Amino acid sequence: MRLSYPGNVKVVKVPCTGRVDVLLILRAFESGVDGVYLAGCLEGECHFLRGNLRARRRVEYVKGLLEEVGLGGNRVEMFNMSASQGQRFAQFAQEMTERIRLLGPSPVKKGE
Amino acid sequence: MIVGNRKDFSEILEKLGAARRVLLLGCNECVTVCGVGGEREVGVLASELRLYWTKEGETFEVREHTLERQCDYEYIDQIRGFADDYDVILSMACGAGVQYVAEAYKTKLVLPAVNTTFLGVTIEQGMWSERCQGCGACILDMTGGICPIARCAKSLLNGPCGGSSEGKCEIDKETDCAWQLIVDRLKESGQMERYEEILPVKDWRTGRDGGPRRRVREDLKL
Ligand code: SF4
Ligand code: SF4
Repeated sequence: MRLSYPGNVKVVKVPCTGRVDVLLILRAFESGVDGVYLAGCLEGECHFLRGNLRARRRVEYVKGLLEEVGLGGNRVEMFNMSASQGQRFAQFAQEMTERIRLLGPSPVKKGE
Repeated sequence: MIVGNRKDFSEILEKLGAARRVLLLGCNECVTVCGVGGEREVGVLASELRLYWTKEGETFEVREHTLERQCDYEYIDQIRGFADDYDVILSMACGAGVQYVAEAYKTKLVLPAVNTTFLGVTIEQGMWSERCQGCGACILDMTGGICPIARCAKSLLNGPCGGSSEGKCEIDKETDCAWQLIVDRLKESGQMERYEEILPVKDWRTGRDGGPRRRVREDLKL
């Protein structure tokens, strides 16, 4: 399966989306990224049982924070897919890239 | 523990006004446990401020610092060396901590980032509930270990009132009727005879109505 996804997507590997803390997402925005999305396993299929469910709640929380500071909650999202759904991985990467393009670059760019 | 809620970001910004050099001061005790003002929450608020001010193109400095406690002078003193480098100390402690910091740094602007709400317990991770209002004359022995001052919406000493329905209080269906809990607990623990005793009118002078309270233990003094 040779699928392509937009080159602007930088993959950060974590052992489980449950590892992703609110601060980790905020730090990414502080470093100037335009958007962040979490690619977690399907709900109910988490190897650590609830990691992806917790991640979803944290994403919701961060959405609220980003609204508060005026960046917009839409810049962060949670997607679920199984390890064998490469197609969906590429599709979400495309979807998120398009969404962020519409929103434009983050007003928090480093060194500007 | 003491429980609180973080103030809205917009309110914090408004209180900060033109101040751009901010010492964001957390506390390692109660507010850490209830997820409102410990090191982590200091990190989140600091990040929010940085994102907002960067977006606005402002020049700023936010320093994150969390003390062991903000209700003991020895700890508050630890920021003596750099407090003056900042326009404002934004405290994420409970109201007592904020006040003690303000007392220690008389010339500094000290602001609260938290609304202190109650004395309570952790129901589950991420959920807290009120248990005590510090009335100064505890009657838990009479009420099966359930406080009617803090947990009955009307603080009734001899309840329940007519609003008690299917174990819930009339104020909302999510709130247990404290007096239902008391009766259930008295029954369960074989103390129903206590329910027959009418609790006398409470002398509120031991509580807030007697004015600010103070406690002294001469034997503990240095
Ligand atoms: S009776 Fe008074 S001291 Fe005892 S739990 Fe209730 S409010 Fe607190
Ligand atoms: S319903 Fe129960 S808890 Fe509510 S006010 Fe009446 S006695 Fe108090």
